[in-house]
Order: sequence, then structure tokens, then C-alpha cells
Amino acid sequence: MLAVTLGDAFAMPAAQPICGCTDLTHEDVRRLIKARELKSQPAVWQELGWRTPNGCHVCRPAVNFYLLADGPLEYQDDPQSRFVNERKHANIQKDGTFSVVPRMWGGITSASELRAIADAAEKYDVPTVKVTGGQRIDLLGVKGEDLPAMWADLNAAGLVSGHAYSKGLRTVKTCVGTDHCRFGTQDSTGLGIRLEKRLWGSWTPHKVKLAVSGCPRNCAEATCKDVGIVCVDSGYEIGVGGAAGMDVKEVERLVKVATEGEAVEWTVAFVQLYREHARYLDRPYKWLGKVGLDWVKETLGDAATRRALVERFDLSQTIYQTDPWAELAVREKARAFAPIADLTLEAAQ
Amino acid sequence: MSWIDIGALDDIPLRGARMVKTRAGCVALFRTAEAEIFATSNTCAHKGGPLAEGIVHGRRVTCPLHNWVYSLETGEVQGADEGRIATYPVRVEEGRVLIDGDAIGKRSAA
Repeated sequence: MLAVTLGDAFAMPAAQPICGCTDLTHEDVRRLIKARELKSQPAVWQELGWRTPNGCHVCRPAVNFYLLADGPLEYQDDPQSRFVNERKHANIQKDGTFSVVPRMWGGITSASELRAIADAAEKYDVPTVKVTGGQRIDLLGVKGEDLPAMWADLNAAGLVSGHAYSKGLRTVKTCVGTDHCRFGTQDSTGLGIRLEKRLWGSWTPHKVKLAVSGCPRNCAEATCKDVGIVCVDSGYEIGVGGAAGMDVKEVERLVKVATEGEAVEWTVAFVQLYREHARYLDRPYKWLGKVGLDWVKETLGDAATRRALVERFDLSQTIYQTDPWAELAVREKARAFAPIADLTLEAAQ
Repeated sequence: MSWIDIGALDDIPLRGARMVKTRAGCVALFRTAEAEIFATSNTCAHKGGPLAEGIVHGRRVTCPLHNWVYSLETGEVQGADEGRIATYPVRVEEGRVLIDGDAIGKRSAA
């Protein structure tokens, strides 16, 4: 029938498989992991008939994410299935050095934190210190071997990883809101900090950036974020699916709520829905383009569903909300950041 | 050949890699299976990316900078890209990783 209507050259568009290791799509794999209760990567490769012994650089990070999102308590995250940045908890640069970004909750810092960052920059000969678009400080050009010691120094000053390298929560950008601004309608800084403290450490299909602006003048640029909240006198307008990268997108209104607590609940529920359904490496706007904002609104509109999503998010956070810098700076883990051996030091024979 | 003990097999994670500094440059050691190790140049032929930081899959590694994929057996770039990196003789013995000292320039530099 289709051939008659559309001509012989017509071929139904085939669903795109994840990679050459399998004919299955991302959606197939997510569904089959649940349906067949697959709990490990070897189980996925065997049960789902992978053509390669252990996947490739495309499917391994995706499958690793799907398993940890589906079973945070059962599945053990596999660093060897992560891109170098998430394995080393720093951003690799073109010359093989790394960048280090400490977390600054809601973009707020202090004299003592800045002093610790300046000290670390001097001690480890950091060539470039850059202020980022997400209201953080980026220390660029750090040698891989120096990372654990630098983290230990920053940890000692109370600074933790800013996850500037992760497919996970990046930053919550804020304006100063009612604290200082004569136009501020709500405590946008406080809400941003509260959201960041709730969401940090979580892994998501792609990076997730938030912002909270204290009034519609929108100094925190919330309307081009994955989740952007604009405060108004009567409450909080929550927009989702914004972007300012390869594509530029303005957020679309998810909901308007009256209280800060509701704003947090809706944001967490939205992020969890995204974690549970999106294809690996799809930003929220891409995912929304596939499932439709109406479906998301309808799903999150049900209070019980929203609460269940928040519960599942919080359960995952009991495992994943930890500072990787503190975990990797200990001596037995730090060794992995140095060469296994240095044969250039041996005395000439 | 003169075999040099580099370190313990278990210091290289399964489907992971470590780097060793040698007089012939940085060499990457890849653990592709329980007791299978390959050694190649650590430097990608494209833009010099550190291959020991790449994702190891099958007997291949993907460069972390621009996703060039190498066969660890031959050092050949896979797919449409062209290039080759040096490979070095390496073996595993009683839980230790040994590399050929001649191949990595130990003797020639002495």
C-alpha cells in the first residue's frame, strides 16, 4: 500500500540502532533492561545479543547509565564505561591536561573559598583561571597527576567537585534576588542553592543546567536553561527544555507554582522523569521534542506520580550524592592518576 | 628481548589502561581481558590525544579527544581515518606485567 502510494523508492525509516554492536535502539535497550531485569553490562551484552565482546565507546557509556538509572542500589557504576572526564572527574583539554571547577552553590562564594582557589592555582601552576558562564571558576591546564592532591587541598577548604565534566547536574545559576536587588520578587539565590544541594551528584542522560531569576528581567538567563525558574510576585514560573548551545531554545512553561517547596518538587520530579525516559546524550529539549511537553505536563500533573518520581530520585541520591574528589584523593585511589611506572628515571646501564 | 617488570596486572583495571613513561615516549598498557595486556604508544596519530585515557573495548581503544579508534593488536586506525601507532611486545607472568626493554629504548638510550 505504502509502495503504491509513495512509489517504489520509499522505505520506512528504520529506527537507528545505538551503534554497530547491536540492532537495538536506545529505547529498546531501556525497555529490555526493565522487562528482562538485566542488572549488569555482561547480562545486557549476552541477553540482548551484542555483536562485540563488550560494546564500544558509543554503547558502553549509554548502557552503564541505563543500568545505574534503573537500579541505583543493585548496579555498580563502571568507571571503565565512562568517558575520561567522568572517570577522572575533570575535563580533558586538547593537550591532555585537565580543568578543575569547584562547586559554588548557586554561584555564591566567599573570601575564604576564593583564597583556597587562588592558593591551589599558584601551588599547581595553573596557567589559566577563567570565570565560566555558569557562575563558577575554572582552573585550566592542570596535570592529571596533580588532580588528587589539588582536590585534597580544595576539599580541606570545604570545596567539592563542581561536576563541570559530567552528564549530570552542572550548575544552578542565580541572580541576587530579594537579598539585594530592588526588583527581586523572591529569594532566587536561596532557591538556586536549595535546588543545587538537592540535585548535585546525580547522573542524567546529558548535562543539566538550571537557573533561577528573581524577576522577569531574568538576569540569571533562566529562559535558555534545561530547567529555568523565573520568580514573580505570585510565585514561580518553571520553564523546561531551554538550550543555548548548538541549538538555541527558549524554555516552555511546565507549570506555575505558588511556593518554593512546590518549585523544588516539580523540578526534582522533572529531572527524574528525564533520567528514566530520555535517550543517553539527549538534552531535555531533545527528549521533550520526542515525548512532547503535553505528556510531561500530564505525567507530572498527577501528585502521586510526582511524589513517586521524587522518591526514586532521592533513593538514587543516597548512592550517588557523594563528592568524587574526596573519594579519589585518598592514597590508594590517587595512585591511578600517576604513571604505573617511570622508566626514564632508571640509571643508565 | 629483555623483559622489564612494569607493575602488577591488578594495577591496570579490566577494560582500562595505565601509562608508563619510557625513553621512547609515553607507552599505554591496555588490559583487554582478565590476563591480556597490549602495549602501544600513548599518543594518538591524529592530534596527540592520550590513549590510556580512552575507552577500551574488545581489543581496541577509542581516543578521548576525537574518537579515533585503534586496533591494539596492529596499532592501525580503524574505520575511515588513516594512521598507525607503535605497538610493543608485552606479557603477563605470575600477575606481573612485563614489557620488552629493547623495544622501548631502554638499552639504546643507555
